[in-house]
Amino acid sequence: MELQTLTYIGVGLTFALYIGIAIWARAGSTKEFYVAGGGIHPIANGMATAADWMSAASFISMAGLIAFMGYGGSVFLMGWTGGFVVLAMLLAPYLRKYGKFTVPEFIGDRFYSRTARIVAVVCLIICSVTYVIGQMKGIGVAFSRFLEVSYDVGLLIGMCIVFFYAVLGGMKGITYTQIAQYCVLILAYTIPAVFISLNLTGNPFPQLGLGSTLAGSEVYLLDRLDQVVTELGFMEYTTSVRLSTVNMFAYTLSLMIGTAGLPHVIIRFFTVPSVKDARSSAGWALVFISILYTTAPAVAGMARLNLINTIEPTQGENLVYDERPQWFKNWEKTGLLKFEDKNGDGKIQYTASKDTNEMVKVDRDIMVLANPEIAQLPNWVIALIAAGGLAAALSTAAGLLLAIASSISHDLLKGVFMPHITEKQELRASRIAMAGAIGVAGYLGFNPPDFAAGTVALAFGLAASSIFPALMMGIFSKRINKEGAIAGMIAGITITLLYVFQHKGVMFVADTSFLGDMTPNWFLGIEPNAFGAVGALVNFTVAFFVSRVTQAPPQEIQDLVEHIRVPCGVESAQDH
Amino acid sequence: MAFKSQDDAKAYWKENVSLMIKLLVVWFAVSFGCGILLVDVLNTIQLGGYKLGFWFAQQGSIYTFVVLIFVYTKKMAALDRKYGVDEE
Repeated sequence: MELQTLTYIGVGLTFALYIGIAIWARAGSTKEFYVAGGGIHPIANGMATAADWMSAASFISMAGLIAFMGYGGSVFLMGWTGGFVVLAMLLAPYLRKYGKFTVPEFIGDRFYSRTARIVAVVCLIICSVTYVIGQMKGIGVAFSRFLEVSYDVGLLIGMCIVFFYAVLGGMKGITYTQIAQYCVLILAYTIPAVFISLNLTGNPFPQLGLGSTLAGSEVYLLDRLDQVVTELGFMEYTTSVRLSTVNMFAYTLSLMIGTAGLPHVIIRFFTVPSVKDARSSAGWALVFISILYTTAPAVAGMARLNLINTIEPTQGENLVYDERPQWFKNWEKTGLLKFEDKNGDGKIQYTASKDTNEMVKVDRDIMVLANPEIAQLPNWVIALIAAGGLAAALSTAAGLLLAIASSISHDLLKGVFMPHITEKQELRASRIAMAGAIGVAGYLGFNPPDFAAGTVALAFGLAASSIFPALMMGIFSKRINKEGAIAGMIAGITITLLYVFQHKGVMFVADTSFLGDMTPNWFLGIEPNAFGAVGALVNFTVAFFVSRVTQAPPQEIQDLVEHIRVPCGVESAQDH
Repeated sequence: MAFKSQDDAKAYWKENVSLMIKLLVVWFAVSFGCGILLVDVLNTIQLGGYKLGFWFAQQGSIYTFVVLIFVYTKKMAALDRKYGVDEE
């Protein structure tokens, strides 16, 4: 069957499945609809959390970035999994014990201050909007490819679909839908990887295939990959450091603590039945996430090797442009892959040198989607990856938009500025907020600050520098008071934002840097994506010193901290 | 609070924090240690087709993280029972 038709069928069937499950589960109870089922087993909750967590950044973008960064791409792998260890040990059980619904609510109560709550809401909105820009990039790439239109048109269509998906809304909160999404997503990711690993190495497990010899030879796959990339003038795949060791350290740390500070993941731990379940849910979530994250490096390495082998089947014998495969032509239509015949020989040269390289544009975000086509896998596998990628991007984008909308309408309007607003007005405000957020994120998505995973990394940096330190100090220190927490959050996010805007443009609009280009002056050689780690350090330091010179928190707050440190006597989140 | 005494509450929190620190040391060692700081040294050792440092950065650290959370869950459950503060 034609690929396009198969793709429509694949995408249509999976979405019918999600909606079907949503309708079936909705009949149960309205309460369950909001709190995602208080009585769900930790394994099921872990699977749903994994689906929530893995977005366009993990699915569509990450392996493509690793394919071109090699060892340097490890920052994403360690950062986005190691964060769960931090989350499980430092935050999840205590926030569950506290038993409120949202992160700003906890911060507002623990720091006995409405100002603290407002600052937290603003920080969350900034992180979430940045996060959505990353999702929009992924959605734009996926739609442009499967509708065979340019990236900009794909993004516009994607924005409309995200809007309807998010307004339909509640389906997001239903754990069973997310379990179905996880299953589709993980199958879509692993099946092509298994095929490709079998083709290249004869080993069906991609995790082992990456460390095996190439089929029919004694050469290890990674050694061969190192050899071909260095022949083209690139850095060795397995040892290419991302800028510097300091930068990799900061990047990884920023992603790890950002993971533990992002609201849409934390929120899942508010709704498990017990503190014990909050601990093990984080473990199960990581198990399910690891399946994708340990497969991704294999996808990356093998995609890079296949790409090079396609363009240069034997050394010195380059692919003739007129004989290029169909996937090449299709991606050219999106504008995300560009060829320019610099030496006029009609063949494609792919090298590290700017002067001779004729693959003038290879958008990293196309690699995962193009990978099965490059490996010449059957059409149904390619259709499957389309369905999985769209599920990942749409579900996370919709979830984040709901979070943004509810922080504006619930936390800000109803909680602070207009307490007497009716439920109907609150709902209308949240719809307007959602449309506004899609508009802003979509507009910025036409010229995203980075590839999807890079943009999402910026969002994590912002969360790392603002929310995580406030939460952690709120639990582990009784001495940190409202002045300290507020000053810390503001200092952390401000310094991170200034650094990011200086290098990426104000609100990521290119060429608006206020001090001009500063590339050679990067602070300790740390790139903007990794700066959240420094921001967090600033946050901790400022909070510590400001708290030292101001009054200690009142006794009832110190008792509250004692209270959340012990599991027994959990209040159910449903009571609120 | 269900602790028998204030001392019990202090001891429980102390044991909790010390377990956490031990596990975070491992967390740091496999990722920041083996995966980033010591990667060049470890890369001189081969694990099949993998250089060992590269393997830690792209595979090994992730497997260790999963184990760490389950060890934490198990040990904390035991600690809760020891001090009689578990939820059942």
